[in-house]
Amino acid sequence: MTPALRTEHLTRRFGALEALGDVSLAIASGARHALIGPNGAGKTTLVNLLAGSLAPSAGEVYLAGERITPLAQYRRVKRGLVRTFQVSSLFGGLTVLESVVLAILEREGRAALWRRPVARCTVEIDEAMALLGELRLADDAGRRASALAYGRQRLLEIALALASRPRVLLLDEPAAGIPAAQSAEVFRAIAALPAAVTVLFIEHDMELVFRFAERITVLAGGRVLAEGAPEEIARDRAVREVYLGTADA
Amino acid sequence: MSRAPALPSGRWHAAEAIPWLLAIACFFLFPGYRVLASHVFIAALFALSLDLVLGYAGILTLGHAAFFGLGAYTAGLLAAHGWGEPFSGLALAAAVAALGGLAVSFLVVRGTDLARLMVTLGVGLLLYEAANRAAWLTGGVDGLSGVAMGKLFGVFPFDLFGNAAYAYTLAVLFALFVFTRRVAASPFGLSLRAIRENRARMPALGAPVERRLVAAFTLGAAIAGVAGALLAQTTQFVGLDTLAFHRSADVLVMLVLGGAGRLYGALVGTAVFMVAQDRLAGIDPVYWQFWLGLLLVAIVFVARGGILGAADALRRRLRR
Repeated sequence: MTPALRTEHLTRRFGALEALGDVSLAIASGARHALIGPNGAGKTTLVNLLAGSLAPSAGEVYLAGERITPLAQYRRVKRGLVRTFQVSSLFGGLTVLESVVLAILEREGRAALWRRPVARCTVEIDEAMALLGELRLADDAGRRASALAYGRQRLLEIALALASRPRVLLLDEPAAGIPAAQSAEVFRAIAALPAAVTVLFIEHDMELVFRFAERITVLAGGRVLAEGAPEEIARDRAVREVYLGTADA
Repeated sequence: MSRAPALPSGRWHAAEAIPWLLAIACFFLFPGYRVLASHVFIAALFALSLDLVLGYAGILTLGHAAFFGLGAYTAGLLAAHGWGEPFSGLALAAAVAALGGLAVSFLVVRGTDLARLMVTLGVGLLLYEAANRAAWLTGGVDGLSGVAMGKLFGVFPFDLFGNAAYAYTLAVLFALFVFTRRVAASPFGLSLRAIRENRARMPALGAPVERRLVAAFTLGAAIAGVAGALLAQTTQFVGLDTLAFHRSADVLVMLVLGGAGRLYGALVGTAVFMVAQDRLAGIDPVYWQFWLGLLLVAIVFVARGGILGAADALRRRLRR
């Protein structure tokens, strides 16, 4: 079966520094695939290259078998490749509802309409409220994104990604910087995604990784150190040395 | 399911009638100021066009007068060469300014704020000097004379007292305000606000950011062109100062003074700026710009979001 997302020899250099080198990955359709590695391993660089916000120095990216390397980020989103950000990147002055309605309108290609007020886009508003309800954000719908507590902002980040109806979802530390109780909420939302949606997520919390991931790729120094099922990764000597810092645990 | 909170609806509030009723009342209350008032309406329309570009799309520009001037010369040249019908003149001026805006937009949508300032400033200076050199067409420093306007609807002539000019400029301002208001409340307006808030995030929603900005900049240029055309038609003269840098700077000041991104900020800022300019020049004819400068600095520091921003903040505080 064609992998949902695949890279071939993906490389990114910043001047003399090779942030990512020769990464070839294949992520199966519908997989819950974790990307782990110590700080500076190149995880976010890889997500930026996959999403298209960064151009590779070499290598290719394929979405469902189709080469998308030259495609701009927004065109990749239109094909179902959607991402979230490690540090919440929201529209501070827009309300929660406005943000999600906008994401839905963008998905539908209706965000450039000028003749009808937003308040009359009732189908999109209903969908947005339903989505916010699922994420327990409905009570915050009228608040500005900048006024939300950080944990709620993380949920809104997820809501924006889900509103785009991803086929492949790239989650860059979706639970970073929020209390454990709320990170469970974030992962509950991710777990509730349709099985057909492919998820690649970066996460530092190993408990969450081993609970949710079906496969794990370990990056270190910009290269793939290991890839496999969670139990294989847990046994992998190189991973324990480089990533977990011990070979004896 | 929870009830959805309010979204931009484009619905009119009763209070919004006030400025327009005031504008109509001024026609009867201050008959000696009709010409000045028509200039205020034109400047307000110009500021409104900048609000789309800066207040909504977040594009910083120091060359918006380029499109005002393009519109003014288009309408002026048409009338000087026998096409004196005002409304078709406005439409053609809008089209020419929109084309100019479209061409320039590709230079500004990609850059940073600083790059945008430099590019728009440069384009403004280029057009100014081009109009200066093309004296055979524009009249150069002497200005374009021989602008002969036809009657409004073939009935009302543009007179020296500014009666027709008052009604004409106010009506066009109102019509384009209604249009802009509608755009602002639409999905397109929402997406522009989102680009202003966090441009880098928008492609991750699948938004073609540059295309949106091109559309906003072009639309802003077209409306600026209508404002310029109104000035040409009502004064029956076009001078080089329609393209001058100070016009770009003044309109920016008016908008920031009133409050950018609110539409009404453009109206309030223009009225306050022009009245303050008039009054201050009367009180202190030599150093009036000193006081104007002081007022501007004070507004930026005391009232974030301009006059309307300050009014909003005050209202929120009183409600608490």
